[in-house]
Amino acid sequence: MSACVQDAPLPHRPAVRPPAGPGWTGEPLRLAALLAPAAAVFAAFFLLPLVRLILIGAGGTEGWSAYLTTLADPGHLDSLASTLALSAGVTAVTLAVSTVAGLFLVRNRFPGHALLVALLTFPLAFPGVVIGFMVIMLAGRQGLIGSITQALGGGKLVFAYSMAGLFLGYVYFSIPRVILTVMAAAEKLDPRLEEAARSLGAAPWRVVADVILPALKPALISAGALCFATSMGAFGTAFTLATRINVLPMTIYTEFTLQANIAAAAALSVLLGLITWAALAVARSVAGTSVAAAG
Amino acid sequence: MPDSVMQNSFHLDAVPIRLERCGKTFAGGARALEPLDLTIRGGETIVFLGPSGCGKTTTLRIIAGLESPDAGGRVLFGEEDVTALPIERRNVGMVFQSYALFPNMTVTENVAYGLKVRKIARADRARRVEEMLDLMHLGEFAGRRIDQLSGGQRQRVALARALVVRPRVLLLDEPLTALDAKLRDSLRLEIDRLLRGLGITAVYVTHDQGEAMALGDRIVVMAKGRVAQVGTPREIYYQPADGFVADFIGTMNRLGGVSRGGTLSIGSATLPWTGPDGRVELLVRPEDLALAGEADGHLDGTVAAAVFLGDRTRLVVEPADGPALTVDAAGRSELGRGDRVWLRVDPARLLAVP
Ligand SMILES: Nc1ncnc2c1ncn2[C@@H]1O[C@H](COP(=O)(O)OP(=O)(O)O)[C@@H](O)[C@H]1O
Ligand SMILES: [Mg+2]
Repeated sequence: MSACVQDAPLPHRPAVRPPAGPGWTGEPLRLAALLAPAAAVFAAFFLLPLVRLILIGAGGTEGWSAYLTTLADPGHLDSLASTLALSAGVTAVTLAVSTVAGLFLVRNRFPGHALLVALLTFPLAFPGVVIGFMVIMLAGRQGLIGSITQALGGGKLVFAYSMAGLFLGYVYFSIPRVILTVMAAAEKLDPRLEEAARSLGAAPWRVVADVILPALKPALISAGALCFATSMGAFGTAFTLATRINVLPMTIYTEFTLQANIAAAAALSVLLGLITWAALAVARSVAGTSVAAAG
Repeated sequence: MPDSVMQNSFHLDAVPIRLERCGKTFAGGARALEPLDLTIRGGETIVFLGPSGCGKTTTLRIIAGLESPDAGGRVLFGEEDVTALPIERRNVGMVFQSYALFPNMTVTENVAYGLKVRKIARADRARRVEEMLDLMHLGEFAGRRIDQLSGGQRQRVALARALVVRPRVLLLDEPLTALDAKLRDSLRLEIDRLLRGLGITAVYVTHDQGEAMALGDRIVVMAKGRVAQVGTPREIYYQPADGFVADFIGTMNRLGGVSRGGTLSIGSATLPWTGPDGRVELLVRPEDLALAGEADGHLDGTVAAAVFLGDRTRLVVEPADGPALTVDAAGRSELGRGDRVWLRVDPARLLAVP
């Protein structure tokens, strides 16, 4: 049978071993010495602040139970829940829009294609403040949407200073990165796979479900995780829109600057970090590729 | 063994295919295929053979429904005009050089895919997949992921996946090209056995003349978007329609001769010949040139190279004038570089090509 075809056995050759020398045993030590500066920097700028933050969380009058008290606070829980909901919603909408748009941009060439793709990367260059500013210009009291609805006689529609405005801003900010990821992955799709599925009778929607989406899955998971993490931790946009938007980074800011409740702020920070880190870790294990946090 | 399975439950309908004035001009204006007429008989294995870029894949994709022919072209499966049908409604099986197996599915899931799309009941599906895996000797790999298979195994899965839905025609685009030589031979034999056993109409694309000769009931030799010749392997080999076909299939020698009044002069020899007077270019296969003695030889020359091939020794002989000739001598021949040899030509085996 064809499966049994094998190469002819190779002529026997004596195995050659590297001579054991004195240099070999010194290797780990030398490696440690080389790594020492990097380890020192890592400890100074990453581990120490983190440990300090965790300790501050437990540094109040209540000690370690401050973590539990902070978590049990209905206001905090509410803030946590709405941040999670916002981030999940932003991620879902961004993935849906970007997958459709990314596939379209890869599959269709038209005049202005290159310019459009180049423009798409533009929002990546903006800080959160600018995104918030743009949301206000669009959906604020003097915004475009309000003027249009007013002209149409429907009253002034203003939603910039709420969760809806934040949602809009985050989606706007997240879409370019995800589209670019989707496009990079879609370029690598093997068109033969889709043709094979079609030859077997698969309608276009089935080809998308059975061939294209499974192939894009790793890219979608890693892009989605980044989008989620960014939405969880972003601050500038929320701060620009309104201080009363109830998301975790805003709550931390309020606890820290206005209430001077440093222990609670630290505890919430640790919590925020843990959730975001867990989301990335889960994505990493599911996608099987490395997903780096950002934002 | 599986042959009985094939003959009974797995004999497929033999649908003839007709291409009528099927040309293809791509968006940039490049003409990949001149309008082509071709009838493929039901149950026949037809091979498209030609150098890279000559339009073989384009023709196959027009039959599949992955490309549409230029206006005026028609594709018929039996009596049905399928020109406007997309591939998913033509019921064709496709096998690609790159296997194109679904990486997110196991062997079983790959083979079952077409049945699932057709909403075949689970039990029936499982039975047919198992039968197909057995037919392709893939039973032991049923649960494997695709990346746990060798190239030859992958291509057998691809064949199983294409055949299990009982397509009207099986289309194969260079299915063996990605495999190493030994595997290629054994899988070629298996495909041959399969195609004959199933009685399915099959279109096979290759640039390898050995594959074409071994598999094709008929061969369509293509060059630069045109059909150069259609014929059985023997016809293509022994009666090539033109110099291109002659050179593309096997090894062909060229001899210059002069025809005059019923005789043909080649070198110092004069042979009986019918044809118009004047210079003629003649083609002759290496096996149709025989080594001879000085007395009965027609041409003489010097051995420029001798390659021992086991069953024969292939000689390259340089005559006094004209291009070098390839000649086969016996395997045990002691002839070598620089030896003088005489060759005999059988006039019945000479081909005058326009
Ligand atoms: N999608 C396409 N767009 C433009 N030109 C193409 C396309 N597909 C094939 N061609 C051109 O058509 C010609 C025939 O191609 P093809 O049928 O793939 O050749 P073969 O399979 O014989 O190697 C080639 O010159 C190729 O470059
Ligand atoms: Mg090709």
